[in-house]
Amino acid sequence: MFRNLNLDLPAGRCVVVRGPNGSGKSTLLRLAAGLYPDYEGGIEAADAFYLGQKPGISGLLSPRENLQWYRRAGLSAGGAGSPRAKRSVDEAMAAVGLEACSEIPCARLSQGQQRRAGLARALLSPLRLWLLDEPLTALDAQGRSLVGRFIEDHCAGGGAAMCASHQPLGAMDSAAIELGGGR
Amino acid sequence: MFAAQFRREWLCVARARDEILNPLAFLFLGVLLFAMAFGGDDEALSAYAPGIVWVLVLLANLMSLEILFRRDFEDGTLEQFVLLARPPFVAVLAKVAVQWCVTGFAITALAPLAALMLSMPPEAVPMLMLCLLLGTPALSLLGAVGAALTVGVRKGGVLLALLVLPLYLPVLIFGVSATAAWAGGAAEWAQIYWLAGFTMLALTLSPFAVAAAVKISLEEC
Repeated sequence: MFRNLNLDLPAGRCVVVRGPNGSGKSTLLRLAAGLYPDYEGGIEAADAFYLGQKPGISGLLSPRENLQWYRRAGLSAGGAGSPRAKRSVDEAMAAVGLEACSEIPCARLSQGQQRRAGLARALLSPLRLWLLDEPLTALDAQGRSLVGRFIEDHCAGGGAAMCASHQPLGAMDSAAIELGGGR
Repeated sequence: MFAAQFRREWLCVARARDEILNPLAFLFLGVLLFAMAFGGDDEALSAYAPGIVWVLVLLANLMSLEILFRRDFEDGTLEQFVLLARPPFVAVLAKVAVQWCVTGFAITALAPLAALMLSMPPEAVPMLMLCLLLGTPALSLLGAVGAALTVGVRKGGVLLALLVLPLYLPVLIFGVSATAAWAGGAAEWAQIYWLAGFTMLALTLSPFAVAAAVKISLEEC
């Protein structure tokens, strides 16, 4: 899909992966997340928070229940020395603007609200590397600027992020890699 | 990890109640149909009853397996499950435990009713329940491997049945022979030990297989 790709992502930086449909943006992120073992070369990546094209939010559960599961399972999974999640579930929901619908099953929420719930997971995760696949999909203008701010805050706090996106991500656009043509 | 996952699965099952009711309704209707088909011939019916019960239990379990991972696969929670679950087999066990509670355990609780409808001797009912209690965890655990492997396949239901039903054979064989022996008045413990053995084997091996199979399924998408 792609070859000769060298990427060094230090703490505090955000890199945006660009390229036409089918150029392997999502595959690159899945590779880095460890969800796709079929590659040649080497990857040395920390355990990463991954937001895929699917939001990773169960439609049967409310945002609160989804996030509680994520927080509890993530906390018991967090390896030794990893900083504990900084925020509570309520704070994360408030940050993405979901307080009003925190008890409604996600299947009844809009696409954008489901993406917001998926984003709230990032705020709960103690992991320093964020891998965001099209984080702006289905979000309104306020949501898009929210994503930009989350990434900025995360990088300012010593984290790193790699995003695949067609749309500009605000101030974090400084570093970008272009993947070549389709398959 | 176990508690968090168990709680989540339990909430999901409680929200989608048809998933609990479908296999049980299937079992009940199946038993009813067999009872009707044999007409008034109670002797023939009770002779075949152990086999009927176990085959229906196998199929009812199979029915509920298809959705075990599918919903999570479709909304992307399965990816998060793989990334979060440390150790993976504990989270898998929690998932299968909930599935067993709403199939195997519920079926065991309903077994006296099925036995009555199939005119099994009442003395055999406790042993039928014991056999189901020991055998059905193996069904859920082995089935979960198949469910995890076929979750990425569109319309994987038939493939799932082809994969899983042969694995169910030992449980079927020993389950039926134990139940039939006790229904016939013979106190046979050997088959029951075998059932317990299969369940222990499935309990130790299949969570690892399920965790690996989920990973394989996720590579495809």
